[in-house]
Amino acid sequence: MRTYIFRLEFMRRPSNTRSRRFYVGATLFALVLLFAGCANNGPQDFLNYQAGSNAEKADNLWDVTILIAAVIFVVVEGLLVFALVRFRHKPGREAAQFHGNTKLEIVLTLVPALILIGLLIPSIKTIFDIAHKPEGALEITVTARQFWWQYDYDDFDFATANELHIPVGQPVHLTLKGADVIHSYWIPRLSGTQDVVPGHNNELNFTALEPGRYMGQCKEFCGLSHANMRLIVFAHPPAEFQTWVSEQQKPAAPPSADVAEGQKLFLEGACINCHAIQGTDAAATTAPDLTHLASRETFGGATFELNEANLAEWLADPPAMKPGSLMPDYGLSQDEITKLVDYLMSLD
Amino acid sequence: MATATGSLPRRGLLARPTAKTGVWGWMTTVDHKKIGIMYCATALFFFGVGGLEALAIRLQLAQPNGEVLTASQYNQFFTMHGLTMIFLVVMPLGVGLMNYFIPLMIGARDVAFPRLNAFSYWVFLVGGLFLYSSFFLGGAPDGGWFGYAPLSTSLPGHGMTFYSLGLQILGVASLAGAVNFIITIINMRAPGMTFFKLPVFIWMSMVTSFLLLFAMPVIAVALFQLMFDRAFEANFFNPAAGGEPLLWQHLFWLFGHPEVYIMILPAMGIVSEILPTFARKPIFGYAAIVFAGAAIGIMGWGVWAHHMFAVGLGPVANSVFAATTMFIAVPTGVKIFNWLGTLWGGDIRFKTPLLFSVGFVALFIIGGLSGVSHAIVPHDAQQTDTYYIVAHFHYVLFGGAIFGIFGGIYYWWPKVFGWTLGEGLGKLHFWLFFIGMNLTFGLMHIVGLQGQPRRTYTYPEGMGWDFLNFIETIGAFTIAFSMVVFLVNIVISKAKREAAGDDPWDARTLEWATSSPPPEHNFDTIPQVHERDDFWYRKYGSPHEQPQPVIAGGADGHEEHIHLPSPSYFPMFASFGLPVAAYGVIFFSDWSFAPLVIGGGLLWTLLSLVGWVLEPGTADE
Repeated sequence: MRTYIFRLEFMRRPSNTRSRRFYVGATLFALVLLFAGCANNGPQDFLNYQAGSNAEKADNLWDVTILIAAVIFVVVEGLLVFALVRFRHKPGREAAQFHGNTKLEIVLTLVPALILIGLLIPSIKTIFDIAHKPEGALEITVTARQFWWQYDYDDFDFATANELHIPVGQPVHLTLKGADVIHSYWIPRLSGTQDVVPGHNNELNFTALEPGRYMGQCKEFCGLSHANMRLIVFAHPPAEFQTWVSEQQKPAAPPSADVAEGQKLFLEGACINCHAIQGTDAAATTAPDLTHLASRETFGGATFELNEANLAEWLADPPAMKPGSLMPDYGLSQDEITKLVDYLMSLD
Repeated sequence: MATATGSLPRRGLLARPTAKTGVWGWMTTVDHKKIGIMYCATALFFFGVGGLEALAIRLQLAQPNGEVLTASQYNQFFTMHGLTMIFLVVMPLGVGLMNYFIPLMIGARDVAFPRLNAFSYWVFLVGGLFLYSSFFLGGAPDGGWFGYAPLSTSLPGHGMTFYSLGLQILGVASLAGAVNFIITIINMRAPGMTFFKLPVFIWMSMVTSFLLLFAMPVIAVALFQLMFDRAFEANFFNPAAGGEPLLWQHLFWLFGHPEVYIMILPAMGIVSEILPTFARKPIFGYAAIVFAGAAIGIMGWGVWAHHMFAVGLGPVANSVFAATTMFIAVPTGVKIFNWLGTLWGGDIRFKTPLLFSVGFVALFIIGGLSGVSHAIVPHDAQQTDTYYIVAHFHYVLFGGAIFGIFGGIYYWWPKVFGWTLGEGLGKLHFWLFFIGMNLTFGLMHIVGLQGQPRRTYTYPEGMGWDFLNFIETIGAFTIAFSMVVFLVNIVISKAKREAAGDDPWDARTLEWATSSPPPEHNFDTIPQVHERDDFWYRKYGSPHEQPQPVIAGGADGHEEHIHLPSPSYFPMFASFGLPVAAYGVIFFSDWSFAPLVIGGGLLWTLLSLVGWVLEPGTADE
């Protein structure tokens, strides 16, 4: 684990090092750390673990930038430290009285400008590259709401929430729609962020390069539970993705006898006003589609693990679990909660 | 009643205040030096408050799933931390030092409009208190300092209405100050002090003032729109009614990016005074450093959309703003090279002001480099809204502006109070500040690149962020402890009161040519300036003939009494009406009598301005 290594290295440093050396050392050490990319499997670490086309392109630019920045850092800070040591006050030293050096100043203006042009050109190339919509992309509409994500698979005619499933190797084209305030869709290991602005349909193109489970979250401050507006992207091999799609396209199976009471509560209670379950009368779209809820790992903006205990806690008082949740506390009895949880957990 | 000679009536609405000392002496003063001290003292108080908010934030984030603050408290705290540090700390500290030292450094007796100057201070104070009163009136602003619509228009409670009106009031103070400083610098320079003999701090103050003059109206428009959306159900930013959320972002950042330079340029000016003094050399490349400052001031208007790379402006706009953002690094780099050149070949005295200035340069280099990395748009889409950004702007605004300003405080303290802050504790303060700063914000670079987003009140376990966040919190407390050292230093040094003398650092500029503390009229004789760093040449020989002092009262060598502007109640009174009117707007839908409160507040301010106009600037004697 990187954090563990960091702790050891950090503690090994003698504490009585002179502070300037400590500072320079610590900064260099941080740079080494940036390059090293040890063994920590950071779920949102875009510095070391890119697995998507955009993340990789961005990282290629970063690698060049950080290298140049590191050289400039060492040279300029080195000159500063050298000047401080070399020209520190000593008895008898006379300060040289000069006002400038025009040639040197022109050179020191032009050199950074040239370096910056060198960084700018590949950067602009990549900006246009990422904005270009690829052929044969999978179309998905993402609708951002306080505080969860709705996914409409336009090619397959079904909807799901918070957990996005995509095939590896095939480009995806997300159309991002805002329903209330500004949000931002971000899966660090796959792609940089794209804001979701109400009134604008933004787009995001990327391709997952490796199968895996990628965590992300809303990145534009959007209110009380901004921190709890998370998401997961599952990148499957194509055949596995097709299997998942065909499962999701099915309506919910009719309830077995032991969960029928839960379904009755759902359809006759407040739930039906906001949620949809395909194959039943529930068809509202202001809250997550629950048709295949039990096939998901998480709920509540991909913040809570989906299990009976968590779901029961949620139904008892959603805003207590997730501040600002638009689903209020309906004052359900313990018995009602149990029945609803049993029904919801049967929706696989 | 006009007198027979036709002069204006000499009687104002109120009897003229006469107190020169005590509470009323301070409250009615129009002396730029007292106002400067009040500005800095108030801003340092708010620095403590904003710092406590930061500590609460860091405690909450010290470990995953923290439970120190609720989500609601966290959002109020990070919003108020940002607003406080920007509008109530860094800006007023810069303005406070400009207030005290612009007239002294250009050889003037006061600013151009002394009562307007007092008005700026009082409006700043009531604006800050108004903003903080929100904590006791239903909750503080909780939509971020950037206040993005439509979240800012839709958040419940009065918090973001306090934001729209509080910043509006503070903007009035900034505008009045900007006008005053510009006119003071242009019109009140001592004889012989041409523009290219101005100290760099004065140049940077002037650029800052022009930025304020043009930036504050932009945010004023946006804040009025936000106020109307919130209090009077307008729809400027409501997409459902044809409004445009991005309008807010363009206006906010068109103000917001020049604002960054408003905060950093005064500190760059301070450092450009301190480095030559302690290296005992003239500044390297004076013209380049002045032009670079002006270039930053101009180019700063063309980079605002780099705050909006992720909103979907399209590849063309993003490329253009990537280019402008890259190139604003060029004048910034020029300044850094010039500071290095100033140290080069010098005879460097390691006093506390120098340490803070060198700290500024060292940290600003890091902030500048990370700033360039934001211009790599595809990677900015990763960095934006992560702790990498938080790291960057704290290197620029804390490592930059705050270090520069503390350098200035240590540097000018003996001039202001006549006694010096202790060197030992001052150096301890610096090193703790420096180490704490790097621990807190240095590690944020890494945790940001590991994907930790900002403005989140909590984070789960297993993200790989726990340990670094914990160390960041230790760093924050190190900074807090260093501020305790600073306060202890003030108390101990005040008890000792070791006389500093008029020129304790063997400095270069005119403020050191008068006594410490300076007399109310600053200079017994207005200096005649022949050189850049005129005071240095007076001490160490000038190629020109010895300066001819101008005797107070006129250039004819005929000594007269020095007329200074007289104290006045009206600037303070005028400021009081603004928050009253603002409360009326905030509680417009709660109070049936709210229109009366709005009208009453505005009428109070108007009457105070009438009293101000009728009162002559200088009382009869």
